[in-house]
Order: sequence, then structure tokens, then C-alpha cells
Amino acid sequence: MGKITNEELLQKLKLQFGENVSNVTESYGLLTVDTTREQIIDLLNWLYNEPVLQFTYLTDITAVHYPELQGKEMAVVYHVHSLVNNIRIRVKVFLAEGDINIPTATTIWNGANWMERETYDFFGVNFTGHADLRRILNVDDMTVFPMRKEFPLEDPNRVDKKDYFFGR
Amino acid sequence: MQNFPAYTDTDLQSELSTLNLGPTHPATHGVFQNVLQLDGERIVSGVSTIGYIHRAFEKIAEHRPFYQITPLTDRLNYCSSPINNMGWHLSVEKLLGIETPKRVDYMRIIIMELARIADHIVCNGVLGVDTGAFTGFLYMMEYREAIYEIYEEVCGSRLTTNVGRIGGFERNYNDIAFAKIRKFLETFPKALSEFESLFNRNRIFIDRTKDVAPVTAEQALSYSWSGPILRATGVDYDVRAMNPYCSYDEFDFEVPVGTRGDVYDRFLVRNEEMKQSLRLIEQALTKIEKEDPNIFHADVPEFYLPPKEEVYNNMEALIYHFKIVMGEVKTPVAEVYHSVEGANGELGFYIINDGGRSPYRLHFRRPSFINYQAYAPMSRGMLLSDAIINMSSLNIIAGELDA
Repeated sequence: MGKITNEELLQKLKLQFGENVSNVTESYGLLTVDTTREQIIDLLNWLYNEPVLQFTYLTDITAVHYPELQGKEMAVVYHVHSLVNNIRIRVKVFLAEGDINIPTATTIWNGANWMERETYDFFGVNFTGHADLRRILNVDDMTVFPMRKEFPLEDPNRVDKKDYFFGR
Repeated sequence: MQNFPAYTDTDLQSELSTLNLGPTHPATHGVFQNVLQLDGERIVSGVSTIGYIHRAFEKIAEHRPFYQITPLTDRLNYCSSPINNMGWHLSVEKLLGIETPKRVDYMRIIIMELARIADHIVCNGVLGVDTGAFTGFLYMMEYREAIYEIYEEVCGSRLTTNVGRIGGFERNYNDIAFAKIRKFLETFPKALSEFESLFNRNRIFIDRTKDVAPVTAEQALSYSWSGPILRATGVDYDVRAMNPYCSYDEFDFEVPVGTRGDVYDRFLVRNEEMKQSLRLIEQALTKIEKEDPNIFHADVPEFYLPPKEEVYNNMEALIYHFKIVMGEVKTPVAEVYHSVEGANGELGFYIINDGGRSPYRLHFRRPSFINYQAYAPMSRGMLLSDAIINMSSLNIIAGELDA
């Protein structure tokens, strides 16, 4: 169990960032907050450097596409872990479809490098300031960002790709 | 450590040579390409390329009911697929609020620790092969084979086991499986100690591994490393101890850590972990004897796939079977992150569920993917021969790296 509670953590966050920390939830005990693109690096930096909290371990960065949310189509999600206190926090930044730029977290963790490249590759999120933002798992000349919801999987029942159409 | 470009215009390229280390080099599993700039035998800079077998796991998972995502997870780290499998089911159970009986927890610990041993056997065996010692690898294969036979007994398959179900197991462990597990516990410690005596004080092995690719705890944490390679640097982060799942908190085990974070320490940490895994399995076997031998899954008919013979003869079972396979069962609208200690690090599952047939979004935190990004930067200044050993010691599994 964590050494500090979610309430204490939230209080400290609110004290430091005020209105920039919003939409607080606690899904399965994991404190989840939203913040803004302008504040995200300050917030992560603060979590990292705050002597009591020490969220020094970046667990994961990924994104979620919500095409139906007007003006909040893309959510970039950070999972950060304080090994000293054994507590995790999930921080989300919602971005509008036409402007999915967000500052890179590689200034804090080297490990953010490939996580951000993967997020860019799948969703097209532009991590500004990233030194090497290229596709990582898909081919370089791909023109789409395949994890977005507008690219559904091919229908498994389609018949026009059967082997016998190709002489196999 | 930073990721440097392979070369810049200002470099004296006439004096450097470019080498493709992989993807067809035997040490690179056919999927890791590293473009290295060499000054003689010394690596000046490197760039890693991955993605050759990317199979869009996450995209496929978004189109499948929870039950049908199980076989995808088996194919992540195929050297220890039961851990991936259990990790997925534990995450789904957390989402659905299912509590498993103690016996299921113990059975899971047994299969996961066996998987960890199988994975470490391969990794440390191959590390020996890369230093020129084939004997240890061949010798230890016999024991990986013994573990595969246990898998075969509990689920019928050997590599991509597909052993778990939401709420427990597809079938109970039979007596032969328990006998094989006990036999493994009797015979493996001696083999492990022989394996250790073959390497631990071997002059050639020590020269090839000690002080090779040392990583500090700060560097490892900055790269979000996890698993044995992080613990080799002295950080005692183990998900089993820190955020226990499957009743790991009832067990008595230690988290081995290293001091230098070099290849030799990674090797030693894995060997020690195998001993701890044996301890865990022994304790689980003792605990399991006190439980009802017929229990191997939770009583959750709406999520646990019923046995086939019941489906043929029982209307309720047929309905549940249909609903589960078609993904028609109700699931909560929620998001959950759950992680387990995989053989090579923290294996996390981030599920965002909208209550539909499939998860709205599923993200795998794959330790191989995150651990491997430090490879090119840490190879700078290293000899080419050391870079090969370094790659073996990181235990990167291709299926998990590319996912």
C-alpha cells in the first residue's frame, strides 16, 4: 500500500496547480487527473522533484482517440509511479483534433523517447521538442495513424481476398 | 546516455565504417536492426530500428471480446507466455471485480514462476552461448523441456499456452502435473547449481561480462527499466513485492539485487530469481494442499467459459457460452491499469472500457519495448563483441518488442 493517500496527493496538486488540475477520478484506486497542454511538463516536473512525492518512475505514455468528444478528441495519458511512496498517478491531457501538439517529456525521462514515438506512430500526436519523432513500429511512408478510430480493422468476413482469387 | 543519430555531416566518415548489426545476425532474433558506426571495433554511435514483425495487437484487441484477447497475450513474451496470460486475466478480473479463490491464486503462482524459470533459463543459457559456452545452454534446455511438459499437462500446449480463463483456469491441474512439478523441484536445484558453477567463477565468462555495459540506478530509472536488468543496478523494484497480486503477499521470498548493473550482475540476478521462484512454487504447493482440490476457477458463470460437456447438456451453460464467446456480457464503464512482474520487467495492461463488446482501448506496457530503447545509447564506446553480450543480457523478446 502507498505511504501517502490519494487525498493528500490531490491536495498538494490542487495547492500547486489549482484550476489546472481538473476532472479528478479514482478508478480502481488510481488517482486520475486532467491537466492542460501548457501545464503538463510543469506538473510532471513538479511530481518528479517534489521531495515528499518523488514520482521519478515513468511507467507509461499512450493516447486514446475519442472522435465523438468535440474539442477533446485526443487524450494523451501518462502513468507515473513514485517508488518511494509506492503510489501511482494517471495524468491526462485532452487535445483538439486539429491541434495535437504537446511538449515532450523526454526533458524529464530518457524513457519517454520511444513511448512518445509509439504514440506518434499510432495516433499522430506531435510531441514538440522531441529530438527524433519518427514512426517506430509502422513503415516510414505510412500516411495514416492507424490506432485512430476512423481506421477500423478490415472486415474478417470479406471474401474478395481469398487465395483462389490470386491463383493460390 | 542519449540517442544519437548514426552519423552527422561533421564526422570523418572516411575513417568510420557503418555496420548493420541485425536484423539477420543470430543474436538479433531477425527483428532488431542496429545501424552502428564503428571506429575499428569500437562503436561510435548507433540507431536502433524495430517493427519488422509489428502485428497491431492493440488494434486487433479493440475488435475482440475480452475472452478472445487471451491468445493475443500469449504471443507477447512467448518465452514465458503464462505470465502474459495471467497478467491479462488479472487485469480483466480487476475491471470486472472478480475475486478468485485462493487455490486459483496458488495455481497461478506455480505456473507463473515456472514460466519465469523457463524464461531465465533461455536468457542466461543464451548469454553463455554468446560468450562461447554452449554446454550450459544445452544442459539447461532439459529443464525448460521439463517445464514445457508441465505446461502440456495443464493445458495441452507448450509455447503459446492459453492456460488461463477469466476467473481461473480452463481445467484443473491433474495428478501427473503435480507429480511433474514436484519432480522438477527435486531435480532443478542441482542443475542450477551446476550451471552456476560452470559460469560464476569461470575466468572467460567473467572477463566477457564483468564491467561490460554497466548502468547506474539513475540511468536505469530514467529509461524506465524494470525487471532483472533494473534490479541488477541495485533498485529493488519488483511488482510482486511492491503491488502484490495473486496472494504474493502471503509468500516468503526475496528480491535479489545487484550492485554494478553490468552484464555479470544481470546474469547473477536471474540465477537468484530462479531460486526464489523455486521457493515460491514450494510454498504454493504446500498451501494448495489445504484447499479444496476441485476448485480451479471462481464462481462467475457470466464470465467463465463453461466446460464443453455442460454446453451440450445444460441450457444455462449453452446460453453463457454463447454470450461469452459473442461478447454479450455486461462489463463496467471504467479504466484500469494493472501490472504483473513479467520475466523481463513490469508487464502492464491499460484497459479503457466503455461497456461494449471489446475494450474501447487497450494498451500493453511491454517491458522489452521500454528496456530496449537504451540499447543503442548504452552501446556507444563499447566493443562490438560486448554489444552482442549486452543484447543477450537485456532479454529482449521479439514478439513483445514489436507487438
